[in-house]
Amino acid sequence: MAMMAMTIRNSASRRTMMSRPIFGSRSMSSWWKNVEPAPKDPILGVTEAFLADPSPDKVNVGVGAYRDDNGKPVVLDCVREAERRIAGTSFMEYLPMGGSVKMVEETLKLAYGDNSQFIKDKRIAAVQSLSGTGACRLFADFQNRFCPASQIYIPVPTWSNHHNIWRDAQVPQKTYHYYHPETKGLDFKGLMDDVKNAPEGSFFLLHACAHNPTGVDPTEEQWREISQLFKAKKHFAFFDMAYQGFASGDPARDAKSIRIFLEDGQHIGISQSYAKNMGLYGQRVGCLSVLCEDEKQAVTVKSQLQQLARPMYSNPPLHGAQIVSTILGDPELKSLWLKEVKIMADRIIGMRTTLRDSLEKLGSPLSWEHVTKQEINY
Amino acid sequence: MASSMLSLGSTSLLPREINKDKLKLGPSGSNPFLRTKSLSRVTMSVSVKPSRFEGITMAPPDPILGVSEAFKADTNELKLNLGVGAYRTEELQPYVLNVVKKAENLMLERGDNKEYLPIEGLAAFNKATAELLFGAGHPVIKEQKVATIQGLSGTGSLRLAAALIERYFPGAKVLISAPTWGNHKNIFNDAKVPWSEYRYYDPKTIGLDFEGMIEDIKEAPEGSFILLHGCAHNPTGIDPTPEQWVKIADVVQEKNHIPFFDVAYQGFASGSLDEDAASVRLFAERGMEFFVAQSYSKNLGLYAERIGAINVVCSSADAATRVKSQLKRIARPMYSNPPVHGARIVANVLGDATMFGEWKAEMEMMAGRIKTVRQRLYDSLVSKDKSGKDWSFILKQIGMFSFTGLNKAQSDNMTNKWHVYMTKDGRISLAGLSMAKCEYLADAIIDSCHNVS
Repeated sequence: MAMMAMTIRNSASRRTMMSRPIFGSRSMSSWWKNVEPAPKDPILGVTEAFLADPSPDKVNVGVGAYRDDNGKPVVLDCVREAERRIAGTSFMEYLPMGGSVKMVEETLKLAYGDNSQFIKDKRIAAVQSLSGTGACRLFADFQNRFCPASQIYIPVPTWSNHHNIWRDAQVPQKTYHYYHPETKGLDFKGLMDDVKNAPEGSFFLLHACAHNPTGVDPTEEQWREISQLFKAKKHFAFFDMAYQGFASGDPARDAKSIRIFLEDGQHIGISQSYAKNMGLYGQRVGCLSVLCEDEKQAVTVKSQLQQLARPMYSNPPLHGAQIVSTILGDPELKSLWLKEVKIMADRIIGMRTTLRDSLEKLGSPLSWEHVTKQEINY
Repeated sequence: MASSMLSLGSTSLLPREINKDKLKLGPSGSNPFLRTKSLSRVTMSVSVKPSRFEGITMAPPDPILGVSEAFKADTNELKLNLGVGAYRTEELQPYVLNVVKKAENLMLERGDNKEYLPIEGLAAFNKATAELLFGAGHPVIKEQKVATIQGLSGTGSLRLAAALIERYFPGAKVLISAPTWGNHKNIFNDAKVPWSEYRYYDPKTIGLDFEGMIEDIKEAPEGSFILLHGCAHNPTGIDPTPEQWVKIADVVQEKNHIPFFDVAYQGFASGSLDEDAASVRLFAERGMEFFVAQSYSKNLGLYAERIGAINVVCSSADAATRVKSQLKRIARPMYSNPPVHGARIVANVLGDATMFGEWKAEMEMMAGRIKTVRQRLYDSLVSKDKSGKDWSFILKQIGMFSFTGLNKAQSDNMTNKWHVYMTKDGRISLAGLSMAKCEYLADAIIDSCHNVS
């Protein structure tokens, strides 16, 4: 009996020791022994390697940042002007947790329409976010907190960081068909089947325009069908719109998918980014919005979004937001911006044509039709 | 005894608590987003579908930021905002440092681009910030033992560290001072890192409960994280003495704990950047591995630009490299890469000898104004209060904040009767006090202290 008791005690203490995290004596060794080097980010790591390459012929077609014809980064004229106007004019007091009210107002107009009834009725819960990444992350955290049983359906393929975001927010992921490698176009049937087969009330991530990484977007007609099916299945559509204006050169056109869903009476969520279309990459300016039933609910949801932001960064950065609201709040600057966005979009469309022509001239036996059919950056 | 509290974030989100007046959406405790059939809803309406967000309740107003909102709404002439910790001039205006304006103009003239920073932030900033903290020639820097990445001010840097702790030290606890900055708890809650408190503030002396602090740190399970304020403790303004810091370092080492410094006021406490880093440097001397979160919100007045850093001092350069890579992996799905503007301002100021000197002078001016205001407040209290109460704690405290020792009811009296806005824990921000208003404030404090319980 005593022997058995002793054995039990010993094995119990061994169990406890094994389950306790390893701390032990630290005089020589590090707390960080178990920390593996993280793999390089598949996208940003490309730029790191590019920078390290000494070859004069190197070309970086890795990260999605606009370059002029000499391969140089571009700062838009409207941005430079806005910066000049802002310089030395304001204090640097904390923004509210939800960010710059003015900037958010202007940003919502871009997505929902200048005369959107939803804006007038104050039905949109919206906060300034750390560009598109931050908006997606806030939404993913919000989804995890208020819909803990839900999953997110993500297209195949998608921007790699989408997977990281929902994973770190602890929302399980599923995928849906999107890209058709044989046609190098949209697998519309596969997409519709997956949407249909998903349980009612599922959460879907959609790229509003200029799908990253494929550049393949549904047509307007296809978007209408998708929206109808979403409605029938009562799914929640979360749009990542990182390229409004940049895809076709026309912001209203690029928001068409969103407008279709809104016309169909759906309550959606949107992540917007100014990284590309205003060239504000490093300033980290964006917006998360969630369309609610009414003003009261919008206020409530906004308060909870702020509650998620506070322990992440307290309140968002000012400078980029000021640039955006200066530009969008001034008709002249806004008009200049629209022109510049169109120039950037046109240059890329032109590049596509040139690339396709060059490949065909080189006598490539493959079909390069998709290069000009696909949209924008990728 | 150290109290144990495992808090799971906002209290308003449990589905069970909500919808008391609303129609049932389905079985109790079910997910408010799910569409569930309900007969009563069908008879009531034709096409209204239950919203996914029906069950979401209003989040409570932030206790600190909410004070400013209430202040704005007050129309009384005598009102005084001693809520949030943002520096004000004697005219009670916000202050943008001259050296910051200079740096911004330089940046504008140079026409800097707006490209993405790397995930870890601006290299020049990371280098400069670590050197500011440890001293440029410090062995931990020379031997590349510090993993530094740019973070979204203090909050963001703390959050990155908290996420790292959750990932690599599952089950480990963070000990935070009682009291501490309100957002510390939110950060660890959202990062799912359990925390408990160590005794810190002694209401009887309006000073440090040093014995309680040491006892609680000793009692914590070996290998706990101890959150320490590097200088100018928020909210109390009470810092350990140099001798006490040595004893704290002793007990932390003895128990194999991991120190975790929050340095939000370097330069702002004493006016000297080096003096304010003394506690951190003491621990570095001991060869310990530890965390330090930094913020430039107050000392460079860059509040809104969200610029700070997380530093992890490791025992080897190899460990630092690995740790840095994992911090990046946490940052990428949070915001991809940090904002550039604030980082450039700091890098410019720290990187230029002239501007650095100008900064130090402005720093001394700001800290000096606060010290002067403290003295004036103390003098006013002593001359007006006939009760013989000892007000010297005001002078012993340091930094932006002062714990007045007022309780909630007394703090409410400050606001309701005197239109003095402060947080309910009795904290006042001296940065928001002018010499001109010291007498008025003294009257308010004396009244609240003696006539309200």
